[in-house]
Amino acid sequence: MNKSHEHIVIIGNGISGITTAREVRKKSSQPITVISAESDYFFSRTALMYVYMGHMKFEHIQPYEQFFWQKNNIGLVKALVTKVDTSVKEVQLDNGEPIPYDKLVIASGSKPNTFGWPGQQLKGVMGMYSKQDLEYLEACSPGCKHAVIVGGGLIGIEMAEMLHSRKIGVTFLVREAGFWGSVLPSAESEMINRHIREHHINLKVNTKLVEILADSNNNARAVVTDKGETIECQVVALTAGVTPNIAFLQGSGIELGKGVKVNPFLETNIRDVFAIGDCAEQHEAIDLRKQVEAVWYTGKIMGETLAQTLCGNRTAYDPGPWFNSAKFFDIEYQTYGWVWPTPRENEVQFYWEHPGGKKAIRIAYNKNTRTFLGINCFGIRMRHQFFDKVLREQLTVDTVLQNFEKANFDPELFTTYENDIRAAFQKNHSKLMTANGY
Amino acid sequence: MDTKTHSLSLANPAPQNMNAMQKLSVAIGLTGLFIFALALFNVQLLFKTAWLYVAIIFILAGILIYSLSTYKKLPPGIQNNGVYFKSISAKGVWGWATGIVLTLLYVFLYWFPQYLGMGKEGNNNTGLVGFFDPLSYFLNGHAASQWFVYGVLYTMAIVGFGFKFLLKYRHNKYQQVRTISVMFFQLGFAFLIPEILTKLNPTIPYFSKDVKNMWPLNYYFFEDWHLKAMLEGGNLGMFILLFGLAMIFIISPVLTYFYGKRWYCSWVCGCGGLAETAGDPFRHLSSKKLNAWKFERWSIHTVLVLIVLTTIAVLYTFLGDPANKTWITKDEFTIGVVIFLSVVIAVIFIFKRKQLDKDVKYTLAALGIIVVGSILINFLSGQKNILFIDSNQLRSWYGFAIGAAFSGVIGVGFYPLMGSRVWCRFGCPMAAILGLQQKLFSRFRITTNGGQCISCGNCSTYCEMGIDVRAYAQKGENIVRSSCVGCGICAAVCPRGVLKLENGDEKDRFNPQAILIEKDKITLAG
Repeated sequence: MNKSHEHIVIIGNGISGITTAREVRKKSSQPITVISAESDYFFSRTALMYVYMGHMKFEHIQPYEQFFWQKNNIGLVKALVTKVDTSVKEVQLDNGEPIPYDKLVIASGSKPNTFGWPGQQLKGVMGMYSKQDLEYLEACSPGCKHAVIVGGGLIGIEMAEMLHSRKIGVTFLVREAGFWGSVLPSAESEMINRHIREHHINLKVNTKLVEILADSNNNARAVVTDKGETIECQVVALTAGVTPNIAFLQGSGIELGKGVKVNPFLETNIRDVFAIGDCAEQHEAIDLRKQVEAVWYTGKIMGETLAQTLCGNRTAYDPGPWFNSAKFFDIEYQTYGWVWPTPRENEVQFYWEHPGGKKAIRIAYNKNTRTFLGINCFGIRMRHQFFDKVLREQLTVDTVLQNFEKANFDPELFTTYENDIRAAFQKNHSKLMTANGY
Repeated sequence: MDTKTHSLSLANPAPQNMNAMQKLSVAIGLTGLFIFALALFNVQLLFKTAWLYVAIIFILAGILIYSLSTYKKLPPGIQNNGVYFKSISAKGVWGWATGIVLTLLYVFLYWFPQYLGMGKEGNNNTGLVGFFDPLSYFLNGHAASQWFVYGVLYTMAIVGFGFKFLLKYRHNKYQQVRTISVMFFQLGFAFLIPEILTKLNPTIPYFSKDVKNMWPLNYYFFEDWHLKAMLEGGNLGMFILLFGLAMIFIISPVLTYFYGKRWYCSWVCGCGGLAETAGDPFRHLSSKKLNAWKFERWSIHTVLVLIVLTTIAVLYTFLGDPANKTWITKDEFTIGVVIFLSVVIAVIFIFKRKQLDKDVKYTLAALGIIVVGSILINFLSGQKNILFIDSNQLRSWYGFAIGAAFSGVIGVGFYPLMGSRVWCRFGCPMAAILGLQQKLFSRFRITTNGGQCISCGNCSTYCEMGIDVRAYAQKGENIVRSSCVGCGICAAVCPRGVLKLENGDEKDRFNPQAILIEKDKITLAG
């Protein structure tokens, strides 16, 4: 156990900040203070939707009981950090005495993107990121008959599911030709389009927001699209991605770009100041990743990594093979490795879709070496450990398909499709059975 | 975001506008119940027999139509929208009312069956029990009892709400097969077969003919009247006795080794069957607090000690009675029990001492207390007098406090308030024994899928046994818990495909397979 007395102050009680606090506490008894203006206790941001839908109460999305924090001696302060003064090593709050730090961790997360749309400041217009956003949506829901969602990504489809669960009509504006077209290849995107419509969401692809119209009380009353259509609504959800929440750091001397600039050790340009999670921006992108990664899993890995450094074991952020997951209404999505919307140089993609139209697999591999590059899975669960090994050891696509049964993570008794998938692969991608054993 | 916020909102967050078919189905079902109510208050109906079948058919049809009109129009998938907004499933007025009605039903069943119309001292049945006479004569050749009425209603609940569950989870084959299994075992093994066997063997005395209802869940299996009835029950009685013993000592340990305790608790057991079907809308109400887990350890093991000692005491008395011709003496019996349990404890200490979590330690302590208790019984007891208490009194107290009050009144009556597995979690001595084996000698586990958990909490919330599944999943650890009944709902409601119930090699059951860095074994308090 590390006996250091250095005070670690963490700005933000999301997954990154809390992971840091927990991991430091496992190794060290030094004082830790976590500051958040958003909530008293850590909660799972990705689960906010389930509170609105009535699957859970807010208390259920808090992974630790309240006694946990005191028992583990992790100090919690509910305040908004207004300024960081790195010269005297303290953070200033909106509601109390400044808090001095020895080590400062910035884990302040994101805020929803807005692009200067006319009317974006009206009442009834919102993003969906924070607990306050959810409370605002809750406040706007009574009397809301119709809502318009702008932005066809992960938060947009979650909002569609949320609003639909309360029997509020939804029009979903998507700029691209299909849902999440910037990430998903067109076949998968088309599959999700169909599923969105199956849930009675009015999906409008290739459609942009032009402006939001107000009524006499400054409430949003309709949106106008670039197709010249005016859609009556009481709620407008702006879900076109997120951007680092770092305005309070302006003038602090900490180097800022899109986010807080960090090196691979998650260190900023100022000694003893670190940044992790959504708000951190790598100087250089790591493998094929983005410089700012606003993903639950990467936030968690950064928190674990930084805790090592804070406890004396300076460790670089090494997230390993990319993975992610989501759920689009009833269709689960998992991805391992890289599958781009269109194949890159020397890449081939193999796509299989179940005749029912709700399960699909896309595998990307190198056409010269046949190295497996990545997989998109829809409606079929896959084993993380299997693909982590495949990607780390750079095994071939043929090996993967030969051992495909081992990859399956669906519940017992489920129908399996390995043979169908292999047969489809063999038709056009041959060479399957010549591979070496796994 | 708490319930207060919702009650202040102008509109109900869960608009309950039922469609026409749902309204119709509720009307049909309530009409069936109303006919039962008329019978209960001794309203004389013409064509009484016909009305009985009409009532049964109406209730089942009501549930069927309601299920179809609720789920059939929705795309297959998780149907938990509004669970925490609805009065019935969120401890609102309807939840409390249902809890109170169920509780009262049990109070009358156990202690005041005469008010349900049970004829006392040879009198004819009246009221609700009398209403069921025709069906009872048809099935088993005797007049109905309150337990026959209860059996019919219980079976209807499992079959009817089982159908609802099948539709609700029609995208999930594990849930489908499991639910068909509990419906089959209730309808066939718990209800029809015992009734028909009774009719075919009219002269032999009563004993339980439900072969899957094993000791110690069936706490009276070894009571003297039951043993005598089986011994005097011809081939059938002998079969039930031997099969009952085989279940306890052979079938159950083997199946639990290969599949975990789920083979019984969520695939076969009648208590589990009701919890998984009629109880499904209440599964999320189980407490996930650490304190609830602490209480669980105490309560379930207290019941285990009580039932085993009571059974030993009762058998001891039985064996000591010269009127009973038995193979062993009471001393031999006590020595046998002490040796058997001591060997079990010794084996666990020798081979599994590294896996003794608190749950297991409590079970071992319970077994130790039983060993000491058995010895004390042998030395400090007279013939009928066990540790200065009449053994008959001991078992009648167990029957009252545990068999009736705990498993019935609280176990089912409190469904809408404490969740559907109150008995299974806090009381069932079977669950304690199977749990010990599941933890130490079984191939079953719930695998966590690498680092995919997002800590959302659906798994923990919908765990009927109150296991904080997320606490393990978010660390990338597999879930190996004594209390897990393997219903598979955590895996079903997980939005990211993180959980999978599996049987596999014992040696990598516990291994954390975290893809993230969190590989060191130091854990935090709580």
